[in-house]
Amino acid sequence: MTNAGPKLTLGPVLYNWPADKLRDFYFRIADEAPVDVVYIGEITCSKRVPFFSPYIPEVCERLEEAGKEIVLSSLALIMSARERKELRALTSESPWPIEANDLSAISLLRDKQHVVGPFVNVYNESTLEHFYETGASRVVLSCELPSTSIFELGKAANGRELEIQAFGRLPLALSARCYHARSHNLSKDGCQYVCELDPDGMDVRTLDGTPFLAVNGTQTMSYTVNSLLGELNHLKDIGVTHFRLWPHDMDMVEVARIFQNVLDNHEDSERAIRLLQELVTIAPLSNGFFHNTEGFRMVE
Amino acid sequence: MELVCPAGTPSALNAALEAGADVVYVGFRDETNARNFPGLNFSPDELKVALAQAHSMGRQIYVAINTYPQAGNLSPWHRAVDTAADIGVDAVIMADIGLLDYTTRHHPQLRRHLSVQASASNPEAINFYRAAFDVQRVVLPRVLTVREIAELIGEIEVETEVFAFGGMCVMAEGRCSLSSYITGKSPNMNGVCSPASHVSYEQRGRKLVSRLGDFTINAYTDGESAGYPTLCKGRFIGQDGDPSYLFEEPTSLNVMSFLPELIKSGVKALKIEGRQRGKAYVAQVVSSYRRAIDAVLRGEALPDSNLGSLTEGARSTAGAYQKNWR
Repeated sequence: MTNAGPKLTLGPVLYNWPADKLRDFYFRIADEAPVDVVYIGEITCSKRVPFFSPYIPEVCERLEEAGKEIVLSSLALIMSARERKELRALTSESPWPIEANDLSAISLLRDKQHVVGPFVNVYNESTLEHFYETGASRVVLSCELPSTSIFELGKAANGRELEIQAFGRLPLALSARCYHARSHNLSKDGCQYVCELDPDGMDVRTLDGTPFLAVNGTQTMSYTVNSLLGELNHLKDIGVTHFRLWPHDMDMVEVARIFQNVLDNHEDSERAIRLLQELVTIAPLSNGFFHNTEGFRMVE
Repeated sequence: MELVCPAGTPSALNAALEAGADVVYVGFRDETNARNFPGLNFSPDELKVALAQAHSMGRQIYVAINTYPQAGNLSPWHRAVDTAADIGVDAVIMADIGLLDYTTRHHPQLRRHLSVQASASNPEAINFYRAAFDVQRVVLPRVLTVREIAELIGEIEVETEVFAFGGMCVMAEGRCSLSSYITGKSPNMNGVCSPASHVSYEQRGRKLVSRLGDFTINAYTDGESAGYPTLCKGRFIGQDGDPSYLFEEPTSLNVMSFLPELIKSGVKALKIEGRQRGKAYVAQVVSSYRRAIDAVLRGEALPDSNLGSLTEGARSTAGAYQKNWR
């Protein structure tokens, strides 16, 4: 895992999966998935944190034994005193590097090595440079950036680590309000954890029945499943070093193998895209943001 | 308590000043501001006139340069900051870290406010901007309750400005790519959300359907008044198959009833949203808020304000300021 070539990463699970399912998921990733980096942690809702926390040490041990680099991801929207306290504990006590998903985490990690996560806005080379200069070893880019911006940022990174979101439903928006609870006529405080019912998010359709978006608790996701499989080789050439797969309730080991085969030039991307389309049954693939058009579109 | 009011045109600026605005905030006529709409905003020359007028009345002008500069094309944003500094505006409102960095280095004397688009929702994030860029004020994202705002003020060293009235984002501002997912244009990159260029209305039998790009956002039957299809304020089908306002109803933010509490909490400024609004709207909202603030500061009861006709769908909410909104 120490080769300098492009690296495949597994982002944190954004959805509310039962803790034992999540543990087994990571055990299988450790044993079988050709990913170099695994991000673990609750990004979406602090109410979900207590369930999986007890499993984190054994999961990390198993992943480390398998040679994976571990990064603990922090919550994206921090408002309450409890969330701030948990963030302080995470940033001061974690034996693993942290992915900062809010400026509060960056503030606490200043001049300590960290990853700047995709929920922090990095749109240009000037902001990118500021983060590298203040302790970021890697920066994960926002999902809505077009290829022209990624090209400029790759140039500015100049060999330093730069990660893009290459697979999965895209996290498009965060809110203080829980739409999962709202759709069940519940409040966020009394949510009954209904988000657990939808391991890949709840589909949202228009009045015509057209698929529109997906809801994951307080987070709004793309309906389509982002795939930059066909763009991987170009991205490698323009300075992107890390490629993130967002976990879904599907065979992620196989998804990782498909991406790894293209990254290693063992598979041409056209055939790989066909294989991926067979595997992804929840929604069509898309790559519109990269091609500077509506995010939901698939540009061939 | 400072009343900060919007103006997209010189006549709206006049209206705001006449109605009692302490500060008017404006943007340049390009992609550097988050209300980049056709026919709106100020040229450098118009800004000079506006500033002279405001200063002659003892008022102030802030300039919003609050979109995220495009990679490889930073100069329009740098030029906007340079121009604002040259003209001598009272503050610039910014969100991007690279742009704050540029401004701190090149115009250290220019007062810097943190835009709501930076979504700084806690003391650690706000203190980051203070430490790194000497930001003097933060415009708080519309995700906090009044109680949380009061607690936060005790832990930060910068002034706070909160939204009082107008359009209401239900998502954390500056962290939303819904508009670009559906239309290809986003608040952060293009200064627009659910842009008018992508809006259409279709009569289908007895229903009027509002659409944004390829998607139906709402449908209205006879007598229902049709609203603008902002994509998070439409009727959609989620869990149970029944259409509902899954994210938010078409409604406006109005914190009037929380005014005494907000003043007590130590908030420095109240902001009215709406640089895209006409002068009549601006005059009515600003004068209502002026009367209300003055009454509360004198220890009197809140006066009646008739802002109902100016709210979206004739409805208003205190939004995230009340905990049960979540």
